[in-house]
Amino acid sequence: MPTSDTKHLDTQIGDRLAQELAGLDALELVERGRRPVARRVWSAAWPKLAALGIAVALWEAVVASGWRPAFVLPPPEEVLDAVREQADKGTLWTALRVTLRRAAVGFAMAMAMGVVLGAAVSQVKVLRAAVGSFITGLQTMPSIAWFPLAVLLFKRTEAAMYFVVVLGAAPSIANGLIAGVDTLPPLLLRAGRTMGARGITLLRHVVFPGALPSFIGGIKQGWAFAWRSLMAGELIVIIENSRSIGERLENSRQLSDSPTLIAYMLVILVIGILLDAFVFGAAERAIQRRWGLVGSPG
Amino acid sequence: MRDLSKVYGQGASAVHALDGISLQVQAGELLCLVGASGCGKSTLLNLIADLDSPSAGTIDPRGRVALIFQEAALFPWLTVRSNITLALKLRGVPRKERAHEADQLLHTVHLDGFGDKRPHELSGGMRQRVAIARAFAQEADILLMDEPFGALDAMTRDLLHAELERLWADRNLSVVFVTHNVREAARLADRVVLLSSRPGRVVREFTVDIERPRRMDSPAVSSLAADITDELKTEVRRHAHV
Repeated sequence: MPTSDTKHLDTQIGDRLAQELAGLDALELVERGRRPVARRVWSAAWPKLAALGIAVALWEAVVASGWRPAFVLPPPEEVLDAVREQADKGTLWTALRVTLRRAAVGFAMAMAMGVVLGAAVSQVKVLRAAVGSFITGLQTMPSIAWFPLAVLLFKRTEAAMYFVVVLGAAPSIANGLIAGVDTLPPLLLRAGRTMGARGITLLRHVVFPGALPSFIGGIKQGWAFAWRSLMAGELIVIIENSRSIGERLENSRQLSDSPTLIAYMLVILVIGILLDAFVFGAAERAIQRRWGLVGSPG
Repeated sequence: MRDLSKVYGQGASAVHALDGISLQVQAGELLCLVGASGCGKSTLLNLIADLDSPSAGTIDPRGRVALIFQEAALFPWLTVRSNITLALKLRGVPRKERAHEADQLLHTVHLDGFGDKRPHELSGGMRQRVAIARAFAQEADILLMDEPFGALDAMTRDLLHAELERLWADRNLSVVFVTHNVREAARLADRVVLLSSRPGRVVREFTVDIERPRRMDSPAVSSLAADITDELKTEVRRHAHV
């Protein structure tokens, strides 16, 4: 046993140690300055703008080649005019409201189902053995294949759409959660246990937060499936006078109104891009940055 | 209540990781466990930390136990401060006191002002100090350290040896420190216990009475390290023809 004399280091040595530690800390932490906002925005934006420019140019070229008559394949200007016209008439906003409401409701239902399913399968061994691979199988099934059955079950109602949206999106969400729980480093579980976390407390403070990056990935993929399923649904399950985006597409086709048809296609594309960039993608990047899974951007 | 004792009697598992180890760690003792691969050092720590249960024998830790690993095992989704407040919360510290206490613990390990950083923003040595602070947040008086400085560079390790020594003395901790590094053991320990491999048994104990503060490169530490290394090699040779 050491005597109390040897156990008390003299303060001079203590101060020197504190300085040495602080010095080493300062040397090891090199603050990486972030570039100004304008430069970062520009460096992210110009490749996208360039790609957009090339795509529009190609489109113009195909139209100019006379491959299809202009009333079937209109040039970009006419499509833009159609977008403007739809916006001015208000039909665009109605369509967006109807379709986005359906998307939100359907996706919320898929989230609820996916989370419950994922949490249950990740925690209950028997359940995992029973339905684990079934969920992945469901994920690979093209959601459009569900629609004939959905129409038989629910007639031409929104319920039929929700049925397919949930079947399309929930497996991805559940799988994201399951994968996140499975890939949690065992070391973190041990650390949590030594801190006295067991059972629900361990799930709440260690397992589920630890599963977040993979879960967000699952949600993002789930959204993509939900959006596709909904578009397929609005084309197949036409509900009279619902004025959804899908119905506008179908109407335009029947009237051979190509500019309006392509205008709504662009709207669908833009919604997908915006949601991915500013909601799901942004959430994913924020998590990765907090966890240090990527270098700080820019 | 200062008299800390632990008894292990161990055996009869299919793989004899540990075989009849009896150890008593004194209160306030810094004990180093040294051994070659397969001596069951980590198994032993898991048993003490109650992460695993022994197949025979009993463990009787008189105090709160915290485990520190080779990697700091901080939760990457929490800030440095929240990592510590979580430990406080799990210990049952009232919400109002947590932030203040966490900052005090960070001060203890010389990490003032780093509370809002994320673990990945810190260096390996700093992360280990956060892990030590987190162990203090668990109000541990027994620190189990599983090769805690194995992944650090020599300079950082040297400073952390001094830091650990200081904290150990200030807080009157009992430390069980597992290492491959014989010099590290000689530098830190009051007592070095040499374990055999497959199965793990106590081969020999060295009481270290070199005066503190010590230096890793002092002649006394080096010569003790040489003695322990010789003994360790003898033990390893025993496995050559198995």
